[in-house]
Amino acid sequence: MDRSLTYLSLCGMLGYGYPLASLQKGLEAAPDFIGVDAGSTDPGPYYLGSGEAFVKRSQVARDLGPALEAAIERDIPLIIGTAGGAGARRHVGVFMEILREVAADRSLRFDAAIIYADVEPDVVEAALEANQIRPCGPVPPLQPGAADDCTNLVAQMSTSPLIKALQTGAEVIVAGRSCDTAIFAAVPIMRGYDPALAFHAAKIAECGTLCARPGGANDALLCTLAEDHFTVRPPNPEKACYPDTVAAHTLYEQPDPDRFVEPEGIIDISECEFGAVEDRGVTVRGTRLHEADSPCLKIEGAALRGYRTISVAGSRDPHVIAHLDEIEQTVRASVEENTDIPQSDYSLQFITYGKDAIWQDHEPSTQTPHEVGIVIEAIAPTQQQSDAICSLARSTALHQHFEDRKTTAGNFAFPFSPSDFSGGAVYEFAIYHLMDIANERDMFPVRVEEVGS
Amino acid sequence: MTLYNLAAVMRSKNAGPFVVTVDIFFEDLADYRRVLDAPDFCKSSIAEMYGVAPAAVSIRPFERVLAIKVTFPRPGASSGAPGDRDVYGCQHHFPLGDIEV
Repeated sequence: MDRSLTYLSLCGMLGYGYPLASLQKGLEAAPDFIGVDAGSTDPGPYYLGSGEAFVKRSQVARDLGPALEAAIERDIPLIIGTAGGAGARRHVGVFMEILREVAADRSLRFDAAIIYADVEPDVVEAALEANQIRPCGPVPPLQPGAADDCTNLVAQMSTSPLIKALQTGAEVIVAGRSCDTAIFAAVPIMRGYDPALAFHAAKIAECGTLCARPGGANDALLCTLAEDHFTVRPPNPEKACYPDTVAAHTLYEQPDPDRFVEPEGIIDISECEFGAVEDRGVTVRGTRLHEADSPCLKIEGAALRGYRTISVAGSRDPHVIAHLDEIEQTVRASVEENTDIPQSDYSLQFITYGKDAIWQDHEPSTQTPHEVGIVIEAIAPTQQQSDAICSLARSTALHQHFEDRKTTAGNFAFPFSPSDFSGGAVYEFAIYHLMDIANERDMFPVRVEEVGS
Repeated sequence: MTLYNLAAVMRSKNAGPFVVTVDIFFEDLADYRRVLDAPDFCKSSIAEMYGVAPAAVSIRPFERVLAIKVTFPRPGASSGAPGDRDVYGCQHHFPLGDIEV
């Protein structure tokens, strides 16, 4: 009989939750390992930039505990990718604190192999000088010095650092920034399974039951790899995979339905067959891999762009609504006159919900709303300065004069007291580039820690 | 009929912090074809709507699941940067949804 390998993807994001019954049911299939993605760039650059965890600690602990205990009991690896949300050293540190706490609560002892994904700015600068860096998609070309501006700088590891960590014999693998697929493709590739199938299966598995109906990232998915096909199915009996939902998964969050790109090459699914099988599963065959010519990695870096303060307001007055653009301009001019902070140091804008908040100048609708919501947003070099700009703009807007004004006691309704909120640091993805590399393994140091000893 | 009203599902999402991708699913092959045949459903009109270069817009039909994928660079700030208004890119399916098909 052909050999096979089974794994359980715990859920689409560690901390998003999953039914404990799905884990129990999944374990009945005797998986060879459990994997889970713990990060994403989707929530924006703040988390990479600040080092803050994206999912709350208590939720991570809740999801981690039962899976950790199951993995240790069964002596199968538990693989966590992009630990702490963005996968920089600080995020990995936060995750390790949670892991140690959960292990202590459950009296578990094991080795954890920790893989760091941080990149030194000098490495990026040297690569830039050697012409070994290019934008990943429609991203501005990298400028010298940009790497130094980044508070955190990481590379997305592929499968080989994970394989190196697995070969230490550690029961738990805690990886910094990782390709989502690497979490689930590392063990299959280490054991000699077809990389094309391994990556395609991993691409589906990393989102939990997003490929099932009813869909969602908050449930587990079982995946079984054989020599020439793989099968996915949700352990949850209330969910099922269908050929269309599994085929459609390559549409999600990526630009091309027929292929996706990993550091190892292009995974081509244009010739795939998707077939329904027993127990709500779908079998996939025919995935192909066009191997990359030379190894390169995606580098991500976030740079601090200031501090934000917002104030929330609304208006029900037709004349205020009709003159909003004018009010915004006059408020901005008045703030400039009445503060010592140079205008070039800060930005001040009205985000006008009900009118054009989302699309601004590109908004085609000219309908006049009966009510609008406004977020007054100030971004300045310090929190104190953005607080001051926002406060001044808010008080000015409340009493700003404009033609036809009837609301001479106040133009806006403020729902809250205090009306202003300090929003903290604002970051930007300053680096989202591909970097040629000589040897991936050297870039991602592995450290083994005894947990619970 | 607008594209939004014809579609069974019309969703948008980041494909990385600099790119947004819109998936449009249809009930049947006729609806799917109708959109692909609509004169206004083209790179140039989509590019104009969003203020991006026509060559940067990609339209990928995926007949297997009766879906069309439209991908384009974020016209303004990257996800979560100062000036961005849609961190996850989940409301970028308009104004595309207003196209007459």
